[in-house]
Amino acid sequence: MALLQISEPDLSTAPHQHRLAVGIDLGTTNSLVATVRNGISVVLNDENGRAMLPSVVRYAADSSVTVGEAAQIEQSVDPTNTIISVKRFMGRGLKDVGDTSRLPYRFVDTDGMLQLRTVAGVKSPVEVSAEILKVLRMRAEAALGGELVGAVITVPAYFDDAQRQATKDAAKIAGLNVLRLLNEPTAAAIAYGLDNASEGVYAVYDLGGGTFDISILRLTRGVFEVLSANGDSALGGDDFDQRIHCWLLEKNDLSALNPQDTRLLLTQARAAKEQLTEHDRTRITAVLSSGELVDNVLTQDEFQSMSHNLIQRTLQPLRRALRDAKLSAADIKGVVMVGGATRMPQVQQAVGEFFGQIPLNNLDPDKVVALGAAIQANLLAGNRSGDEWLLLDVIPLSLGIETMGGLVEKIIPRNSTIPTARAQEFTTYKDGQTAMSIHVLQGERELVSDCRSLAKFELRGIPAMVAGAARIRVTFQVDADGLLNVSAREMGCGMEAAIVVKPSYGLSDAEITRMLQDSVQHAQDDMQARARQEQQTEANQLLEAVQHALVQDGELLDHQQRSRIEAQMTVLQGSLKTEDTLALKRAVNALNEATVSFAQARMDKSVAGVLTGKNISQLETK
Amino acid sequence: MRLRREFSSLKQSTGFDFQHNHFQLFGLAPSFQLDSAKLELQYRALQAQVHPDKSAHLGETEQRVAMQQSTLVNEAYQTLKSPIRRARYLLLLNGVDTQEETNTAMPVDFLMAQMEWREAVAETQQARDLNALEQLAARMKVETRALEAQLAVKIDTEQDYAAAAGLVRKLRFMEKLAEEIDAAYDVIDM
Ligand SMILES: Nc1ncnc2c1ncn2[C@@H]1O[C@H](COP(=O)(O)OP(=O)(O)OP(=O)(O)O)[C@@H](O)[C@H]1O
Ligand SMILES: [Mg+2]
Repeated sequence: MALLQISEPDLSTAPHQHRLAVGIDLGTTNSLVATVRNGISVVLNDENGRAMLPSVVRYAADSSVTVGEAAQIEQSVDPTNTIISVKRFMGRGLKDVGDTSRLPYRFVDTDGMLQLRTVAGVKSPVEVSAEILKVLRMRAEAALGGELVGAVITVPAYFDDAQRQATKDAAKIAGLNVLRLLNEPTAAAIAYGLDNASEGVYAVYDLGGGTFDISILRLTRGVFEVLSANGDSALGGDDFDQRIHCWLLEKNDLSALNPQDTRLLLTQARAAKEQLTEHDRTRITAVLSSGELVDNVLTQDEFQSMSHNLIQRTLQPLRRALRDAKLSAADIKGVVMVGGATRMPQVQQAVGEFFGQIPLNNLDPDKVVALGAAIQANLLAGNRSGDEWLLLDVIPLSLGIETMGGLVEKIIPRNSTIPTARAQEFTTYKDGQTAMSIHVLQGERELVSDCRSLAKFELRGIPAMVAGAARIRVTFQVDADGLLNVSAREMGCGMEAAIVVKPSYGLSDAEITRMLQDSVQHAQDDMQARARQEQQTEANQLLEAVQHALVQDGELLDHQQRSRIEAQMTVLQGSLKTEDTLALKRAVNALNEATVSFAQARMDKSVAGVLTGKNISQLETK
Repeated sequence: MRLRREFSSLKQSTGFDFQHNHFQLFGLAPSFQLDSAKLELQYRALQAQVHPDKSAHLGETEQRVAMQQSTLVNEAYQTLKSPIRRARYLLLLNGVDTQEETNTAMPVDFLMAQMEWREAVAETQQARDLNALEQLAARMKVETRALEAQLAVKIDTEQDYAAAAGLVRKLRFMEKLAEEIDAAYDVIDM
């Protein structure tokens, strides 16, 4: 039981108040939480000793939420309400997801970030992620015996602004103070670098369940400097599962499966993929809902050829990252492998060939990100250990604004060290113009339509002047989380322009507030539900006890007493059927009261006045 | 992306002089030729003091000041590290505008050479010839270094800022060319 660890001596008696901080790897497939204890970063397990929490959230009709293994086991039973790989939806619109027919969810078609319709209502990916984070927060608080000062949450290095903001919002809804959003490969580099006292230029190749990152870092004494980052935020182990899934459909001449069967085959595909890491061949069997049997043997060779181009897709970002760092493969001292999908032998081989060296696998690829995040969290929380280091990270994608003709003008180039800022002056083009709008985009392409829209800013309250006279200075600031903040002021009179923001894929402040309230409300509902359940149990026990007493000692009551008790029993039975907890409580009290003299009489009868002033329920339960 | 409602002036912080120019910030003499090892060392030492990670456990104000200071240190470092930006900045300190947007009067032979470069890049891209592109990139680098060597003479030795501004304008062309070569790499590597 986690609670037993509350008064662990090393934590409660630390000389300087140790500030409780954790690192959380919020993964597509699995999530973990880690912390630094006695100077060592450790992953915190659940009460069954498991480190990894499957990133699976199931919503039930009564609004209860199941997270993790329990939800995962049931995923093919209730695929529509069991959300897996929600990270792929963070800060994304419906059209980004591509072929939604392969997914068992009911998507809500909205303008910005997509939403999912579940039995428990419409959910944003942010809320779904918050459920995962809540479980990890509670795990950590139970293990560490106190409230957390804060958490470092990891994100793929190649996550754009909308995806990062969505992650930070999820943490907020989960009640976590975000000390920093940390890039996953950077977290891995910290864990690896500190562990091995490495110096030189390293590459971190991180292929997880849903995302691919490559980061090039220079490690020198006390400094982790990211030189470049690249990747694909929609490429991971899931895509290999999809390839096997498609192969199964083809082999068995199947089409248009129902959500249950789709989920079943994907689960089998994933198991087969993992089997092929150790074995030359694997057998895939499944019984579909139609009764049809799927039974195929997949060989390592076949799997390699069907997944060849997925692996090639990781090499292009790799070359780009090297070019941006102005380095060649030969300059790389070591390649740190991170993420469960790097266990696939064909990945190891391709990476090894590319760099001309055997990749480094001496850290657990599942845990290294969480461990590194915990180390950074400990530092950021202000737990000075003597050992300090400086982390210089970069923004992975260029930021720009829309100019004439649907073109994008870059204002902050990719791989700029953060924090970074750029101020730009704008002017009015019409006499008396008092408002203007700025469209902010992220990406490397030249056309607005090829970049990702982040937000449209509307500047209002510009003093009316002749065209070109007003000078509005807009500052684009990227903070240490890699998040963009915008502010504006009119230079002539120093007036601050009012800005109205329309995030393209993000949530508005109002939406976040609502989700926060929902989350608090939900916790209250949970508490109320529990109170009601306790009340119901108590009522049932009381009814049973009175019934029993009436059968046994009914002759002690006169007709009037008996009918008073029976009337109260009817009232209680009635209120058990309603939702009104308060009425239930009153009915329980009333029945208890109505039986006081009955209890007294029974007592007198059996123990001759030893016990007085007790009613039936107290007697019976004794 | 969120809006930061507060716009605070960069001058409000203490213990860190936002009035210093980039050279002063790193304790370096204002010259084009520069001790890049020292620049890097000083940069790291400064970031070790002001980086937002150092004040993540403090209040909102401290964190905001740290972000502004760290932003400025990054900006100063990037400016001094890049030869063209360093030259531009030095000229600015000496009151000389490089007129990169307005002054288009370039020597004809330079413009001709630029046209040839561009055609060559387009050709290698069309032919998807990675080797040829790499050779072009190497040649361009040599050319750029030569221009930078001239800049050192014009700025540090001769203090001929007008001539230096002309060289910066040439370097700007080379910079754009480098961007085109980069884009060509991406096209070939599709
Ligand atoms: N032995 C194995 N062989 C092949 N693949 C494996 C093996 N073990 C795990 N995987 C795959 O690794 C992926 C999960 O990796 P990991 O837990 O690192 O991802 P994640 O951190 O949840 O995702 P991300 O970092 O992309 O958000 C899954 O696709 C899983 O099938
Ligand atoms: Mg991961």
